[in-house]
Amino acid sequence: MNFDRRSLIKGGAALGLGAGTGLLDFAKAWAQTAPWKPEAGAQLSMLRWKYFVQSEDDAFVKMIEAFTAATGVKVQISRESYEDVQPKASVAANTGAGPDMFWGLYSLPHLFPQKCVDVSDVADYLGKKYGGWVDSAVQYSQSGGKWIGIPVCYSGNLMNYRVSVMQKAGFKEFPKTTDAFLEYAKATKANGSPGGFALGHASGDGNGWIYWCLWAFGGQHVDKNDKVTINSPETEKALNYAKALYDQMVPGTVAWNDSFNNKAFLANEISWTNNGISIYVAANNDPTKKEIAADMDHAYMPVGPVGKPTELHLMYPVLAMSHTKYPMACKALMAFMLEAQNFNPWIESARGYLTHCLNAYDSNPVWTADPKRTVYRDVAKRSLTAGGQGSVGEKAAAAIADFVILDMFASFCTGRDDAKSAMRVAERQLTRIYR
Amino acid sequence: MADIAMRAGAKAPPREPTAWDRLKVNRNWLGFWFMVPAMAFLILFLAYPLVLGVWLSFTDARIGRTGNFVGLENYEWLAEDSNFWLVVFNTVFYTTVASVAKFAIGLYLALLLNERMPFKAMIRALVLIPFIVPTVLSAIAFWWIYDSNFSIVSWGLREMGLIEGNINFLGDVWNARWSVIFANVWRGIPFIAITLLAGLQTVSPSLYEAATIDGASSWQRFRYITYPLLTPIIAVVMTFSVLFTFTDFQLIWVLTRGGPVNATHLMATLSYQRAILGGNLGEGAAISTAMIPFLLAAIMISWFGLQRRTWQQG
Repeated sequence: MNFDRRSLIKGGAALGLGAGTGLLDFAKAWAQTAPWKPEAGAQLSMLRWKYFVQSEDDAFVKMIEAFTAATGVKVQISRESYEDVQPKASVAANTGAGPDMFWGLYSLPHLFPQKCVDVSDVADYLGKKYGGWVDSAVQYSQSGGKWIGIPVCYSGNLMNYRVSVMQKAGFKEFPKTTDAFLEYAKATKANGSPGGFALGHASGDGNGWIYWCLWAFGGQHVDKNDKVTINSPETEKALNYAKALYDQMVPGTVAWNDSFNNKAFLANEISWTNNGISIYVAANNDPTKKEIAADMDHAYMPVGPVGKPTELHLMYPVLAMSHTKYPMACKALMAFMLEAQNFNPWIESARGYLTHCLNAYDSNPVWTADPKRTVYRDVAKRSLTAGGQGSVGEKAAAAIADFVILDMFASFCTGRDDAKSAMRVAERQLTRIYR
Repeated sequence: MADIAMRAGAKAPPREPTAWDRLKVNRNWLGFWFMVPAMAFLILFLAYPLVLGVWLSFTDARIGRTGNFVGLENYEWLAEDSNFWLVVFNTVFYTTVASVAKFAIGLYLALLLNERMPFKAMIRALVLIPFIVPTVLSAIAFWWIYDSNFSIVSWGLREMGLIEGNINFLGDVWNARWSVIFANVWRGIPFIAITLLAGLQTVSPSLYEAATIDGASSWQRFRYITYPLLTPIIAVVMTFSVLFTFTDFQLIWVLTRGGPVNATHLMATLSYQRAILGGNLGEGAAISTAMIPFLLAAIMISWFGLQRRTWQQG
C-alpha cells in the first residue's frame, strides 16, 4: 500500500489499528519537518475537558506520549468537566499564570482574545492541508482576522430516539419538521413513552435544544450588528412551540442538568431526547443495555418554519495563553494533534462522540462503520454558532453562560412568566450584555 | 565608684535621649513589630480581597480586563433586575428557614446527648457524620435521593402504595426550595448540636441541683439556667451558622445550579455565574458586595441580641 497523504487521510481507521510504534515513527518524522520547533527545554501543561468516552482519552494520551517522545516536550494533562474549564481559563487569563493551553468549550478564546497566542499559521497550515475548515469553526476561532484558537472538534447534539417507540407511535422515520415532531411527542406520550429535553441549567443539552427551537422559528437574540432582537413575534412562536413540547415531556425536565437525560434514556424512562452519541456508546458498553443500543437511533434536529437546519452543537477549541513561555511548542502540539495520522485514530476512538472541523476527515470510516453514527458526521457543517446572527465573541459567550435564553424558555414553559414578560426580562439582560 | 561616676558626669553631661533612643526601648513599638506578621497576613488575605471586591463592583471589569470606574451602575442595574431580587428572596428564605431549623433540632439533639445514656460516646461521634462527609459528596447523595426518576424516597413511597408517580423534588419551584433546605439542615445540625453540647457541659450541675431542690420544673431549669448560660455560645454558633448558610454555594451548585427557573439560586451562586461563567466581574462583585449588609445585620442581631445579658453586665 502506498502511504501518501491522501491514502493516510482516507485510511485513518487502518492507521488507528497500527497506533503504537507506527505513531511514534510518524511523530519523529513529523518533528523533523514541522514548521514549529519547540523551544529548548519546553514543558507544557494543558487543561482539557474531561472525556466522555474512555477510549478517546486513551488515544489522546498515546498521541501526547508520541509527541513527547518525538520532540522532548513533556506535556502535563489535567482534566476538568467541560463547564469548569472556562472559569479556570478565565482566572489564568486574569492572573497571567496557569496552564499554557486550554481546551474548552464554544467561544472560549473570545472571552479574552488579547490573552491568546495568534495561531493563524497553524490554522492556515491545517486548513490548506486538509480541505479547509467548516464555516462555524472559522467563526468560533477568529477574532479581528487572527486565529486565536484552533477548532479541534465538535460534539454533536442530535435527536436520540427509540425505534420501537417510534414505530408504535405510527411513524416510519423520525420527524423531519417541528410540526411533525410535536405530533410525535404527543403520540409517544399517549403511548406512555414520553421524551424530554433538559430545561435546567444544562450547558450542553439545555442550550442545545433551546437555541435550536429559537432559531427554528426565526427568533434571534441579536441581529448582524449585535442589536438585541429577542423581543419579537418569532421568539414568541418559539416559546409557544417549546411550551407545547414541554407539556408532552416527562415531568421534572426543568431540573435536568446535562446528565439527567442520559440516565433517564438508559433507564427506559424516556424515549427521545437531544444528546451526543454517549447514550448509544454507554448502552453498547453495558451488557444489560444492549437491547436499548439495538433499539435506538439518531436523527438530525427537526427543521422549523425557517426551512433550514438550526442546530447548535458544542465546539471544542484549543488555545495557547499569551503567558506561555513556549508558544512554538504549543503551536507544534496543536498542529500535531490535527495531523491525519493522529487525528483519524483519535476521532475514531471517540466512536462518533466527536466530529472533525476539517473537511477532509469526512471520509473517516468511523462515520460509516456503524450507520447509527453517520448523522453525527455532519454536525460541524450543520452547526450555527452560539452568537446566532451576531458576533461570536465574549458577549455571545456571556449570554450562553448566563443562561439568558434558557431561563426565558424555562420561565415561560413552567408558567412563571407569560411570553411578553419572559422576553422582556431576557431583552433587558441581553441589552446589558451587548451594550 | 560613685565618685568616679560623678566626675565623669561632670565632664560630659549625658545627652538627651533622642526620639530613636526612646523608640528603641518603647514596648509599644516592639509590640507593633510583633503584630506586623499577623497584620500583613490579614491585610493580604482578608482586607485586600474584600476591598478589591468592593472596588470591582464599581467597575465594568470583565475577565482579562481591568475595566473602568462606572460608579453605581452595577447596583442600579441590579436594583431593577427581577432575577436579582428573586435571588435575594431565595437567599433570605433559605438562610432563615435553614438556620431556625438547624438551631431547634441542634439544641434538641444537644440536650438529648447531654443526658446519661448507654454508648454515649459512640452516639456523639455518629452525630458528627453528616458534618465530616465532604459537602460535595453529601450533595451528590442528595442529588440521587431527589432524582426525578430514580429517587429512593419516591420509590419507597410508591412501593408502600402512598403515591402513584414520582415526586418532582427538584423540578418544582417550592419542592426544590424545601429540598435544598432539607439537605442544608441535615448537613448543618451536627455543628450546632456538638457546639451546644460543649456549652452544656460547662453548666455546673450544682445549679441544677439547687433548682431541683427549690422545686423547679424541667422547663424552668432549661429556661432559667440552661438557656441564659448557653446564650454566649448560641450567639457564636448561630453567627457562624447564619454566615455559612447565607454564603452556601456547593450544595446548590451540585444539586440544582440555581434551578428550576432560578428558584434556588442564592446570591453566592448567582455571583459566580455572572462573574466567572458569564465573565462579568463587575456585576458579580456587586452581587457579592450586596451580601455584606445582610451578613453584617445577621452578625449584629446575634451579638447585640443574644449577648444582651453580657453587655448589661459589662
